[in-house]
Amino acid sequence: MNREQVETNLPILPPPKEKVTFFQWLKDNLFSSWYNTLFTIALSILLFSIIKGTLTWIFIDADWSIVTSNFKILMSGQYPAVQLWRVWLCIVLLASLLGFSSGIWNGTITHLSIFLGSLLFISGILPFVSLETRIWTFIGLAILIVGHFIGKKIPIKKTILIGWFLLFPIAIFFINGFGVLPKVGTNLWGGFLLTILLATVAIVCSFPIGVLLALGRRSKLPTIKYFCIFYIEFIRGIPLITILFVSSIMLPLFLGQGVELNNILRAMIGLTLFNAAYLAENVRGGLQAIPRGQYEASHALGLSSPLMTCFIILPQALRSVIPAMVGQFIAIFKDTTLVTIIGIIDILGMAKNVAQNPQFLGQQMEVFLFVAVVFFLFCYALSYTSRRIEKSLGVGER
Amino acid sequence: MLEEFNDTTPLEDRENIIECKDLNKWFGDLHVLKNVHLNVKKGEVLVVLGPSGSGKSTFIRTLNALEEIQKGTITIDGTTLTNDLSDIETIRKETGMVFQQFNLFPHMTILKNIMLAPIWVRKWPKDKVEKIALELLDRVGIPEQANKYPGQLSGGQQQRVAIARALAMQPKIMLFDEPTSALDPEMIKEVLDVMKELAKTGMTMVVVTHEMNFAREVADRIVLFDYGEIIESGTPEEMFDNPQHERTKLFLSQIL
Repeated sequence: MNREQVETNLPILPPPKEKVTFFQWLKDNLFSSWYNTLFTIALSILLFSIIKGTLTWIFIDADWSIVTSNFKILMSGQYPAVQLWRVWLCIVLLASLLGFSSGIWNGTITHLSIFLGSLLFISGILPFVSLETRIWTFIGLAILIVGHFIGKKIPIKKTILIGWFLLFPIAIFFINGFGVLPKVGTNLWGGFLLTILLATVAIVCSFPIGVLLALGRRSKLPTIKYFCIFYIEFIRGIPLITILFVSSIMLPLFLGQGVELNNILRAMIGLTLFNAAYLAENVRGGLQAIPRGQYEASHALGLSSPLMTCFIILPQALRSVIPAMVGQFIAIFKDTTLVTIIGIIDILGMAKNVAQNPQFLGQQMEVFLFVAVVFFLFCYALSYTSRRIEKSLGVGER
Repeated sequence: MLEEFNDTTPLEDRENIIECKDLNKWFGDLHVLKNVHLNVKKGEVLVVLGPSGSGKSTFIRTLNALEEIQKGTITIDGTTLTNDLSDIETIRKETGMVFQQFNLFPHMTILKNIMLAPIWVRKWPKDKVEKIALELLDRVGIPEQANKYPGQLSGGQQQRVAIARALAMQPKIMLFDEPTSALDPEMIKEVLDVMKELAKTGMTMVVVTHEMNFAREVADRIVLFDYGEIIESGTPEEMFDNPQHERTKLFLSQIL
């Protein structure tokens, strides 16, 4: 039944190749006419002066002592230095999972492990970090690489998947201690460690809530539907700062006496509830894009609604909104910095605090630039991953 | 593996597997099905003809409750359709459906498309289902496509996968809603061939189509719909060679 290739006498030609020399390219693209030449020269001068100014500032004028001498406090806040091994252990665990996964699955996850690996390597060779940090970063790096090669040989997929699911609870356990290990209360969490924790909780917890809200908004049951609509519209109608204030000041009033939630947990709840409403709208967009035929085909096969939602509708809907969702993740990651307003000291709060230290007077620029670079690295990693996932999932679709 | 329904009893002596009594359906004010009475015997191939907008697609979609009816009763293999979800699910398990637009699941490979429902709805073991799926792919002539995605297949191949997907549930009845209308002419034949093979195995089939040759060759009985009613019904010979009703004559003259 397959069509046969009809043989013809026409030769199969390769597409024509254009050879462009460097000077030819320059002439074609930068100096093709008098006004283009003018633009090229003017912009070159501008670019040169900007780059020169920036580089001079970074390498000569700037005083990075504010970052180097506060590096620990910016990254992990007041977390007791003797207990820092627990945080490192979590990072090593993450590195091993990434290493194994990259060995097993290859693809995007490998790029992520390269990202973490280079991050570890760079932090390991920074001139101002402590010996302990150096040792830990290189342990992490070694495990990442070893894991990669073991993963290639022995594909223990299930164990690694379970590992990923357990990573977060294990990390929280180690970081807090809960009395099994000496307890490090959340009041001591700070710096970038806290930023990462806040963002992870907000993203991980808001995702299922957002999906449920999106499904609920399309439900035929009026109570569920209108509750979801009300929730989504209400949350989207108020600023995040308000939600953070409400959760930090009013939540304890609602909960009554006896129930004590610490400030950070309240911020986490606030961020999660906020993010869930936005995610719900993203997911709903994806749900609306599913053609009716998919529902009909699922029904005709006898799939019940829950099965249909899990296997047919959600996978397609979520895939189509990956860019929007990751955009939302990046937004909430950056929005975590607003928690300084309710007295939680994340990396930005810490930067502000050290900048006020008279010892480092006038070094605001340096510390904020450092914070900006840290945020950029992580946000870029997120959006890079999303682009890669999109690409790899798109295979065979169209 | 696949049940053969071949039954030597003459058609008229067999029992009804589909019984429709007094079906009525409205879309808003539009009366799209008017007092439709129709029974289908076990192993019968019923072809539904009619101009577009005549309600034939709506009719076939009421049989597995994709469309609700406002009046009348539908009984499929002893189960009467009600609003009860469990009744609907029982009936849907026993009726496979093939759509005009194929409606394959684009995010799953061909094999997964076919295996999904038998595993989760029938709750059959995975290895058994895989065997059925591969056998069906072989039967519809595309065993080599098992691990591709629907988007990588031609329309005709996709429709054959859709048929295999419906058959994998081992239904008692197959419904075809204009299965070749979205296909290029050169691909229509490959789908019709599969359907003819299926008819030979004694499967009960209800086919909405515009393929007159298929109707003449394969149908045990043809019904003609117009304005939501059955205008005429009979064997292919009666319908094509000696139509009784004026509207049948008109319809056939426009199409043949």
